[in-house]
Amino acid sequence: MFLTVIGALNEGFLQTLKLFAVTLIGAIPLGLVVSFGSMSSFLPLRWLTKTVVWIIRGTPLMLQLIIIFYIPGYVLPGGSPWPSGEGGRFLASAVAFIINYACYFSEIYRGGIQGVPVGQQEAGQVLGMTKSQIFFHVTLLQMVKRIVPPMSNEIITLVKDTSIARIISMQEIIWAGYAFLKGSHGYSGLLWPLFFTGVYYLVFNGALTLLFGWVEKKLAYFR
Amino acid sequence: MAILDVQNIEKHFGATRVLEDISFSLEQGQALAIIGSSGSGKTTLLRCLNFLETPNQGRILVNGETLFDAADPATQREAEVRKKRLHFGLVFQSFNLFPQYTALENVTLAPRLLAQERPDFKQNKKTILEQIQAEGQELLQKMGLSDRAGHFPCQLSGGQQQRVAIARALALKPDILCFDEPTSALDPELTGEVLKVIRALAEQKTTMIIVTHEMAFARDVADQVIFMDGGVIVEQGPARQVIECPREERTRQFLSRYSEN
Ligand SMILES: Nc1ncnc2c1ncn2[C@@H]1O[C@H](COP(=O)(O)OP(=O)(O)OP(=O)(O)O)[C@@H](O)[C@H]1O
Ligand SMILES: [Mg+2]
Repeated sequence: MFLTVIGALNEGFLQTLKLFAVTLIGAIPLGLVVSFGSMSSFLPLRWLTKTVVWIIRGTPLMLQLIIIFYIPGYVLPGGSPWPSGEGGRFLASAVAFIINYACYFSEIYRGGIQGVPVGQQEAGQVLGMTKSQIFFHVTLLQMVKRIVPPMSNEIITLVKDTSIARIISMQEIIWAGYAFLKGSHGYSGLLWPLFFTGVYYLVFNGALTLLFGWVEKKLAYFR
Repeated sequence: MAILDVQNIEKHFGATRVLEDISFSLEQGQALAIIGSSGSGKTTLLRCLNFLETPNQGRILVNGETLFDAADPATQREAEVRKKRLHFGLVFQSFNLFPQYTALENVTLAPRLLAQERPDFKQNKKTILEQIQAEGQELLQKMGLSDRAGHFPCQLSGGQQQRVAIARALALKPDILCFDEPTSALDPELTGEVLKVIRALAEQKTTMIIVTHEMAFARDVADQVIFMDGGVIVEQGPARQVIECPREERTRQFLSRYSEN
């Protein structure tokens, strides 16, 4: 029985990790684009971006997930754009998570960029650097250093937030654990697999905490 | 012909006039000191010369070429402004070194980025970069910092940081090097080492504009002195004359505050 449970939980956790990784890969760069939008000197773009960020941060991720998964099926003439089955549920979850996290990350980036003293940018300008050279060679690393603590917070929250995808029956680890309570693999009323999922989260977040500590130390050589 | 010709510069921030009808010129190899009380517009003037602020009126000519003309928007295009900045160097009061780079990297970063625009960069990449590296080392040596090349700014004293900043500005070989109160952020015992390198630059006939509150230094090192008050040039002339026997009452009042203590 133990092996069956572990096998099922592993499979669920793999899906959890996949959603986690895809969200990061998408939201980290998209967040930067959004943060540039929210700092743009072109007012319509700035207000549009700020409104989107307000809506996304102001409503529950669970609601956004439901809307992204179900609403297109009602309004689009061709029906739901999501492929059927687990693949479609994963895709919809990934889209919802990337948008949601990009908005959170964008605000962290904005704080990080605006926290770099203007003198840094001016020093680069006076040295004849282009805007993009200043961003990549001067601002970026200083910004990264500033955002590591708030980003690690957000990323650890993301690990746990992946369980929200259960609302559209994406088969992540909580779903897998809960299945033993409801009945599956020939067992039902089994409570401990659900609780045991906590161990996975703890171990993984422990590893992430170590990683962020290491990154912080790596960047401690400058102030 | 003057290397720098500033004609009728005006700058306002909203309704406040910060610079009014500023005109002066500077000969190749000369040092100009700008003195004046706090808020008189000295920093703003240097920022205008370095294209960090856009004057509302006036013209800036270098070697007879019009770099900026408030009446001609064609002189204000972003891409060209970037190149025009290279005529000037600016050393900030607060150093503004890049904290994530070593002293040497601070000095070589801009030359390396600029070299990428050279048409022969791909073929001669290695020699070009080696040369930039060697020039950077040499500049740090001139600043008395050869043994600090690998140090990060946070590992350097204020005086050392400011000397790295001077080397960084010199690395692009500007026609005119501007200093904005280069020693004001330093402890008194560290100002000497920075003033010494600026003095050495003056002896080597580097064209410079130095905003400073060090009157004795201005008198000894500068060829010309400008006294500013309330956004206008009150008096300009040979350094010794302006500081030792000023013509204007306002200059006298200002200078008397320095001789008292
Ligand atoms: N970005 C700005 N917006 C509005 N006012 C400004 C701005 N920059 C400078 N000023 C004003 O312009 C005036 C001149 O400032 P500036 O910094 O050029 O003086 P300064 O002579 O360098 O003074 P200090 O000796 O204190 O450095 C001041 O009254 C200042 O408040
Ligand atoms: Mg000033």
